[in-house]
Amino acid sequence: MLLEVEGSLRLFGGLERLFERLREGLGAMELTAQLAVAPVARAALWRARGHGARLEEVPLAALSLEPEVFEFLKSIGLSKVGGLIALPRDGLARRCGQALLDDLDRALGTVPEAREYFTPPPRFAAKLELPAEVSRAEGLLFAARRLLVQLEGLLAARHAGVRAFTLTLLQSKASTVVEVRLASPAREAQRLGQLLREKLATLSLSCPVEAIRLEAGDFSPLHARTAGMFGDALAEDESWGRLAERLQARLGPDAVYGLATHPDHRPEYSWRRVEPGEWDPREFRHPGPRPLWLLQAPRPMREDDLQLLAGPERIECGWWDGDEARRDYFIVRFADSSLGWVYREAGAWFLHGLFA
Amino acid sequence: MAALEDILQRHRVWRGGASFSRAAAVPSGFAVLDGELPGGGWPTGGLTEILGLQQGIGELRLLLPALAALTTAGRRVVWLAPPHLPYAPALAAGGVDLARLAVVRAPGRRDSLWAAEQALRSGACHALLAWFRNARYAELRRLALAAEGSCALVALFRPREAARESSPACLRIALEPAQGELALRILKRRGASPAAAALRVPLKNPLHALGRSASPLPALRDARARRSLGLPVHA
Repeated sequence: MLLEVEGSLRLFGGLERLFERLREGLGAMELTAQLAVAPVARAALWRARGHGARLEEVPLAALSLEPEVFEFLKSIGLSKVGGLIALPRDGLARRCGQALLDDLDRALGTVPEAREYFTPPPRFAAKLELPAEVSRAEGLLFAARRLLVQLEGLLAARHAGVRAFTLTLLQSKASTVVEVRLASPAREAQRLGQLLREKLATLSLSCPVEAIRLEAGDFSPLHARTAGMFGDALAEDESWGRLAERLQARLGPDAVYGLATHPDHRPEYSWRRVEPGEWDPREFRHPGPRPLWLLQAPRPMREDDLQLLAGPERIECGWWDGDEARRDYFIVRFADSSLGWVYREAGAWFLHGLFA
Repeated sequence: MAALEDILQRHRVWRGGASFSRAAAVPSGFAVLDGELPGGGWPTGGLTEILGLQQGIGELRLLLPALAALTTAGRRVVWLAPPHLPYAPALAAGGVDLARLAVVRAPGRRDSLWAAEQALRSGACHALLAWFRNARYAELRRLALAAEGSCALVALFRPREAARESSPACLRIALEPAQGELALRILKRRGASPAAAALRVPLKNPLHALGRSASPLPALRDARARRSLGLPVHA
C-alpha cells in the first residue's frame, strides 16, 4: 500500500507521529506491516519490501524481477540495488530489457511515475478464520470486533456510515446469519459492537463456529459531528435513536413502536402502530369518550353482568372493506367499580376497552 | 454545606417529620395529590409504585395530566410491557403528544427489566411506565439505582399484594375505586411519613364528557347487573 504523506505531515504532526498512528491502527486490526518512507513511491515500495533497508541496500530478491533477469544478475555477482545503480545503463538495458531500467529510474525519481489513486470500495466484506472453534457468543464478539475496526476504517475513508450489517457465522455444516439494523447511520466500531452483542446474546449456537464473515453495503454519507450547535435536544434525539436500536437488537424489530391516531370510526382501526415520532396531530378528530386501554380482541360477555352508565354510541362503518361494524357502544360499571367500554352487535355483548 | 444540600436534593436521605425535601418532581395535575407529595408532584429520579387490584379504575387517568405535560414539552415517554393496547385516540384526547410516546414490548421478566434499565440509562426517556408481573427486591433495587441516575418519572404498576413486600421505591401508593372517584392511599413517601387518610382524586370521568351523572341508565335489568365479571387484575 502506497500513501502520499508529504501533504499531510503537518496535519498528523510529523512523520514519527504518523508512523505511530499507522502502527496503532494496524495493530488494532492485528495486521503485521513493514513501514518505509522515500521521496518517491517506487523507492518506498522497494524499501518496505527490503525490510526498511536503505535503497542501495535493498536485496534484488525483494524486487520481484523476471526469474531469468534475477538469475543473470546473481550470476554476475549482484545482490543489492546499489550494484544495479552502479552498472552502465546501456549495457543493463541491452542485457535485462528497458523495463528494468525504467523501474530503476522511477525508484531514483529521475522519471516520474503516474499512479491511480485508490478509491475505497462502496461495500465491505471480510472473513476471519477463528484460531479455535468458538461456541460462546462472547468469543464471537471479540473476533467480530477486529472486523468492525476494519469496517470503521473503510467507512471513515468514504465519509460514510452504515444502517445495517450482517455477520455470518460459518459452522462446519451450516451457517447462521446475524443481521443488525441501526436507527441512524453509524461507523464507530464500539457502537456497532454493542448492538452486535445484544444480537449475539439472543442466539443459541447449535454447533461451534469456525469462521466469521462481516458484510456491509449501502453506505450512507456521514460527516464528523460538530457538537454543541443545537445543544441538548439533538443529543437527546441521538441517545433516543441509540436506545431504540439497542432495544430492537435484543427484542426484535417490532418491539419498539409509536402510536398514531387514524381517521376511521371503527375503534380497532382508529389507531396505528407507527415508527415512534410519526404522528400528525392535525389529523386527529376528537372522538366521543374513549378508554385508555383497548383490549387486543373484544371479549364476549353476558348481558346480565353489565350496569350500563351511558350510551348507546352507534358506530356503523366499514361496509366497503369487508370488515363491517354495526355496533352500539356503552360505558358500563362492573361489580368491582371498574369502568368498561362494551358494545352490542347482532344481539351479543363484547367488552372492548377499560377506562383505566 | 453544598455537598449536604446536594445529597438531600437527590433524596437518598430519608428525613423524618413533615418537612418535605426539595425533591425533583413533575406536577401530577391534581392539587390535592401534589400537596401530599414531596416536591409537589410525581418524583423523578426514583421509583413510584402504583399498586392496585383492578384495571379500569383510573390508574392511567391518574398519570395522564403529567404525561400530557411532559410530552407537549418535548419529553419522551416509554410504556414498557403494557397489559393491553394503549389506545391512541384516548391518549390524544387527553392531551398527550403521541409523537413523543413509544411502546416497548418485552416478553419475559428479564427482558423487561433489562429494557427498563436501558431506557433509564439512555437519558432520553423522561417518563417510564412499566408493568412487571413480579419483581424481586434486588431487581427493583437495580432499577432504583438506574432511576437515580436519570431524571425520569418511573411508574411501576404492580399488584396490590406487592404492598406486603418491602421495596426501594421512593413513593408507593395504593389505588381503590370509591363511588366513581379514585381513592388513593400513600403507603410510603420519601421525605415524609405515610399519609394517614385516603385521598380522593377527582379524575376526569368519561361520563363528564357526555354531560351525564354516574347513575345507571333507567331501562336496565339492574337486578342481575352486579355480578362480577372476573376482569383481569394486575397480573
